[in-house]
Amino acid sequence: MEDVSLFAIAINGIFVKNFLLVQFLGLCSFLGVSKETKSAAGMSAAVMFVMIMASIAAFLIYTFLLKPFGLTFLTTISFIIIIASLVQLVEFIIRKFSPPLYRSLGIFLPLITTNCAILGVVILNVRLEYGFIESVFYGFTAGVGYTMVMLIMSSIREKCSVLRIPEAVQGIPHAFFITTLLSMAFVNFFGVIPT
Amino acid sequence: MAEKTILGEYLRGIVKDNPVLALVLGLCPALAVTTSVENAIGMSGAALFVLLGSNIMVSALRKQIPPIIRIPMFIIIICTFVTIIDMVMEAYTPPLYKALGIFIPLIVVNCIIIGRAEAYAIKNNVKYSIVDAFGIGTGFLVVLVAIGAIRELLGTGAIVLFGFKLISIPIYSDTPATFMILPAGAFMTIGVLMALVNYNRIRKLKKGA
Repeated sequence: MEDVSLFAIAINGIFVKNFLLVQFLGLCSFLGVSKETKSAAGMSAAVMFVMIMASIAAFLIYTFLLKPFGLTFLTTISFIIIIASLVQLVEFIIRKFSPPLYRSLGIFLPLITTNCAILGVVILNVRLEYGFIESVFYGFTAGVGYTMVMLIMSSIREKCSVLRIPEAVQGIPHAFFITTLLSMAFVNFFGVIPT
Repeated sequence: MAEKTILGEYLRGIVKDNPVLALVLGLCPALAVTTSVENAIGMSGAALFVLLGSNIMVSALRKQIPPIIRIPMFIIIICTFVTIIDMVMEAYTPPLYKALGIFIPLIVVNCIIIGRAEAYAIKNNVKYSIVDAFGIGTGFLVVLVAIGAIRELLGTGAIVLFGFKLISIPIYSDTPATFMILPAGAFMTIGVLMALVNYNRIRKLKKGA
């Protein structure tokens, strides 16, 4: 793909192809963590950070190692190993340099390895044939989109906790109904960027 | 658990431990690819293959895998099978491969498969692990096909399976509710399904009490 402006990537990553609401990536953690704004914010920060780091690492490994040596069939396995080791590394670094940040982000980091949003970003970067800047920027904007939806969702769910909801709908079904409404709003962004 | 029977283990995967509706695992593919019944079948077929492969490998190697590094071992085993199915589908069913998109490689991070390896295959022998894989795989298939059927029928007014028109609603299909094919429709469908399952469970509990 040539001539993709960074602005188009940003709008795409945040709104038109929002990871949670339009592409259905990272839903497991979305439903689990969005009960409180505080943990939602922590999770989003961790996801955004790992997304950017993973985009950088995956781009380097893919362009300089897998592609020149014809090893592209190892893409999935090497990406998942990159993400897993990156998460470990980030955990060590944060624990060493900022214990307060570690205490608030720590529990979310192991969850990220199996978050499909991260693997989704790096695989999409490869499939869309983004260059280095585009890859990193896409990782960043996807993270921004994730954070935004996460914060909206968690604040709505916090407000909803005082409502009287029928027993059968409580919990996850109710979260899905809120998500439906949010998703309807985001669907309106379709076609903003001509493809 | 009392006596284990093959049929019992199989049915458990479909009803009691249904991966999507009861355990709430593997939501991303369950929602993303279910715009049609055909995609739903393709996706669950791929997931079943990977689940079967990983369950067999994990349970066969369960005495050799050191407990500390079991999770990385699971991921590598799963990854191997995902890569196989990815390449096979790219070669033999290109339209389906294109429709499922990045969700084939994303089977790696599907919690269902790693969850079964951790919760079942590492503790049980190969025979039961195969049965478990088929049970969970069928459970996944049933839910995906249900969501796919609801969305395709309401969203396009007809269900088309491998080129054949199975059902179509005469007048409705001229102006179908396209909403159901869009992402929002997926969230609503699964929300309603889960609420119904919950309702059923609560009613049974109340009857028993």
